[in-house]
Amino acid sequence: MLALLLRDIRLATRAGGGFGLSLAFFLIVTVLVPFGVGPEGGTLARIAPGILWVGALLSCLLSLDRIFALDREDGSLDLLATAPIPLEGVVAVKALAHWLTTGLPLTLAAPVLGVLLNLPQTGFTWLTFSLFLGTPALSMIGAFGAALTVGLKRGGLLLSLLVLPLYIPTLIFGAEAAKRGAEGLASGTPLLMLAGITAGSIAILPFAAAAAIRVNLR
Amino acid sequence: MSIWEYANPKKFMQTSSWALPWVTGLAVVALLTGLVWGFFFTPDDFRQGSTVKIIYIHVPSAMMAINAWAMMLVTSLVWLIRRHHVSVLAAKAAAPIGMTMTLIALFTGAIWGQPMWGTWWAWDPRLTSFLILFLFYLGYIALWEAVDDPDTAADLTSVLCLVGSVFALLSRYAVLFWNQGLHQGASLSLDKEEHVSDVFARPLWLTMAGFVLLFVALVLLRTRTEIRARRLRALEARERMA
Repeated sequence: MLALLLRDIRLATRAGGGFGLSLAFFLIVTVLVPFGVGPEGGTLARIAPGILWVGALLSCLLSLDRIFALDREDGSLDLLATAPIPLEGVVAVKALAHWLTTGLPLTLAAPVLGVLLNLPQTGFTWLTFSLFLGTPALSMIGAFGAALTVGLKRGGLLLSLLVLPLYIPTLIFGAEAAKRGAEGLASGTPLLMLAGITAGSIAILPFAAAAAIRVNLR
Repeated sequence: MSIWEYANPKKFMQTSSWALPWVTGLAVVALLTGLVWGFFFTPDDFRQGSTVKIIYIHVPSAMMAINAWAMMLVTSLVWLIRRHHVSVLAAKAAAPIGMTMTLIALFTGAIWGQPMWGTWWAWDPRLTSFLILFLFYLGYIALWEAVDDPDTAADLTSVLCLVGSVFALLSRYAVLFWNQGLHQGASLSLDKEEHVSDVFARPLWLTMAGFVLLFVALVLLRTRTEIRARRLRALEARERMA
């Protein structure tokens, strides 16, 4: 399992792995927002937590189809399915690798981009913390979506259509926690709910995703 | 005699061909009576005027939008557990109907909301959950369309339906947390003091029954179509082999 994790991280970070891509996308989305809504500091500060959450979510979406598609193409997914480790574990490890190469960098980059959006001083900790809690759920749900569409030739668009509705609760609680934090309110409840979604996703979705992969490999 | 006998497509076709005209007829009668009664023979509400009458379409369609998903959840489970093809075909048949019901509920709500709330759309929890439900239907149907092999498609959409149900429920409560509501509470309930006046409630029960029957009729019809389409494909395949 550790070998698989290291292999996935290595594949993602090498050239052509698309490691920097989602970060660059996140940067561009954040830069585009002030052009769209105007450069007034007050407006930007108010929408900053939400924009950063939506941006992180979309950047995460960008790299989802890589989780299984490449392995399916070169046949290593079949090998992994017949390997002595359970397929559920493979899915969980791959989601973890996706989080380490996408969610974690996004979380670390978000405060820097928050400066661009005039995020209030109090908001940085909460934004980072909510993203840190929420992005694992994004990776796990995304891995489930990728498992559903792994057999399709052009699954990318369909993948976003399937995954985006599933992202709604995570986004609501994550953005709410970040917003409340930025406004100096107590954000314990949404954070707890967010942690609950993440924990629940990690507990249940590997099984659903593994079932979908078995169907797709049939 | 058990319900599983209807898992046999032949038995299902026989029974449904007998039941379909009855269900359709009853649906037409219930809907016509309920709607005519509701539209022409109930008084205008003292505050809402005649706009109150959209309730006869809005409430039943909203109810069916949710119940259609619940039915899909049950039939998907039956498919995953017992591998009955009729079951999953019924789920496939129900999805576009449920989606249409969601759209009807959203549109009639908007038409009513414009004069009453002064806005076509508000990010109210109920409205938002219905929009989310619509997205779930969309994803489910799109996945059916995208996968070529029927059994693979059935498995994948069933798994999606199960996971989707959990997340749809989660979204429902997340949305409640996220924004305060403009929408009124439940229109009908058996145990509460405050609900729709009996004058409006009686035709409403009738249209609700009509919508249920209409849904059943449409699902039967569409499932029969799916079964026939499958048979046709099997025949064509056999012809090519020969």
